[in-house]
Amino acid sequence: MTTQLVESPLDPADALCREVVPAGEPWMKVVKQGQVFRILDLEGNQAVDTLFYSAADPEERYSAQDTIRGQGNIYLTTGTKLLSNLGNVMLTITADTCGRHDTLGGACSAESNTVRYALDKRHMHSCRDSFLMALAQWDRGMTKRDLSSNINFFMNVPVTPAGGLTFEDGISAPLKYVEMRAEMDVLVLVSNCPQLNNPCNAYNPTPVEMLVWDAP
Amino acid sequence: MRESSPSSPLWEELVPGGAHWSGVLRRGTTLRLTDVGGGANVAMLLYNNEEKLERYNMADTLKAQHTAHLTAGCACYSDMGRVLCSITGDSVGWHDPIGGVSNAAMVARRYGALSYQEARNACHRNGYDSLLNEVAKYGLGRRDLVPNINFFSKVVVDDGGNMAFAGGHSRAGDHVDLRFEMETLVVLSTCQHPLDPDPEYRPRDVKLTAWYSGPAGADDPCRNRCPENRRGFANTDRLYL
Repeated sequence: MTTQLVESPLDPADALCREVVPAGEPWMKVVKQGQVFRILDLEGNQAVDTLFYSAADPEERYSAQDTIRGQGNIYLTTGTKLLSNLGNVMLTITADTCGRHDTLGGACSAESNTVRYALDKRHMHSCRDSFLMALAQWDRGMTKRDLSSNINFFMNVPVTPAGGLTFEDGISAPLKYVEMRAEMDVLVLVSNCPQLNNPCNAYNPTPVEMLVWDAP
Repeated sequence: MRESSPSSPLWEELVPGGAHWSGVLRRGTTLRLTDVGGGANVAMLLYNNEEKLERYNMADTLKAQHTAHLTAGCACYSDMGRVLCSITGDSVGWHDPIGGVSNAAMVARRYGALSYQEARNACHRNGYDSLLNEVAKYGLGRRDLVPNINFFSKVVVDDGGNMAFAGGHSRAGDHVDLRFEMETLVVLSTCQHPLDPDPEYRPRDVKLTAWYSGPAGADDPCRNRCPENRRGFANTDRLYL
C-alpha cells in the first residue's frame, strides 16, 4: 500500500485538552461534533485500541466491517470515514503521519491471551479488561455487551492476497500521530494496550497523548 | 441422542433466499449448510446459548489462526477464548469473515425498495435487519450484533488492502459443515452479500441439515490445526468437565 502521509496544521499549544495516557490505562471522553481529536504515539509502536460510540445513543457504535467495506480497503488512513453500525459517518481521519492503522486485529483479552500465547497467560493485563473497567467507572449502563470491533491505531496487521493474516512490526515511530474530526458527538473509549506477549511493541508498552481542538 | 448421519439427519430444512433463521445447536451436533442453486450467502452470528454475552469474535478467530478466510480445519472463536464451532467439511474453500452485512439503505439503493405490501414474500430484505429480527427473539438487540461470518462468499484483499468480491465462487450443491463444540445459538440471514455486484435482488436458497457427530476428539484436525486451537479447544472442554 502506498502510504500518503498527511500532516496537520493544528498546533498542540492551541489544544483544549492534552492528556497523557500511561501504558496499560484506559481513557474515556466525549469529543463534540466538529472537534478534532489527535492520538500521539509518544515513544513509537504503541497500539491504541479504540472504540467509538454516538454520545447521544451508544447503541450506535463504530463498525469495522462497515468501515472497511465502505471505503473498499482494510487499512485506515487520511480520508477514511469511520462508519457506525447504522451506516453513519462518525469521524473522518484528517491527518496521519504513520500511514495506516488496523481494524481487523481486535483487542487483546485475558481469555484470548490464553489461546494466542499460553493457558497460564490469563492473569496478565489486557485491553478488554481496561475497556470493562472504564465502562464500569463511566457508570451509564454500558457493559461487555457494548464491546464490539475496535481500531488499533498504529498497529500493522496485513492481510495477504491468499487470505493470510500476519502481525508485522509497527510502522509507527516516536511522535507519529493520527488525527480525526468528529462528525457527530462521539464517546471515545481507549485502551492503551498493555500487551507484553507480542513483539510488535518490542515487549514494551509506552504512553500516548490525547489532544482535542475545538472546531476550527 | 439417536443415531444420525448426513443421510439420516436429525432434521433438515430449507431456508429461502432473503430469509432469516435461528436455532440452538448442541455440542456434538454438526450443521451442514448447502448452497442449493449456487451463489448463496449465509450471514451468521453465534452466541453461547447458556450465556449470550459470550459471542462470536471475528478478530479472535482471525488472530488465533493467522487467517483472513475460513475453511475446513478452522475454528470459530468466541470472545472468551473458546470455540463455538469448527469447520469439519467444506467443498467451497473460502468463506468471508470480514465483509459484513447489507443494510436497508444499501439494499434500497442497489435493488430498489420493494415493500411487503408490493411484493409479499418477495420483498427486499437486508442482512442487518434480518439478524436484528432474529436476535430479538432471545432478548438481544443492536448491542449484540457484532461482526459476522459470510459463508459461501469470498472477499480477497490485495497488497494495498483493497477488497474485491470474487464472483461465481460457490456452486450448486456446495456445502460447509459446522460442528458445534458448545451449546450455541445460531442466527443467520440468507440475504445477498453486501459486496455482491449482481444488480438484481437474487438471494439464494440454503438447505440446513443437522446430525449428531460427537464433539472434537483428541486427534481432531481442527483441534490440532495449530497450538492456538489446541488451547482454544482445551478452554472449551473445561465448560463440560
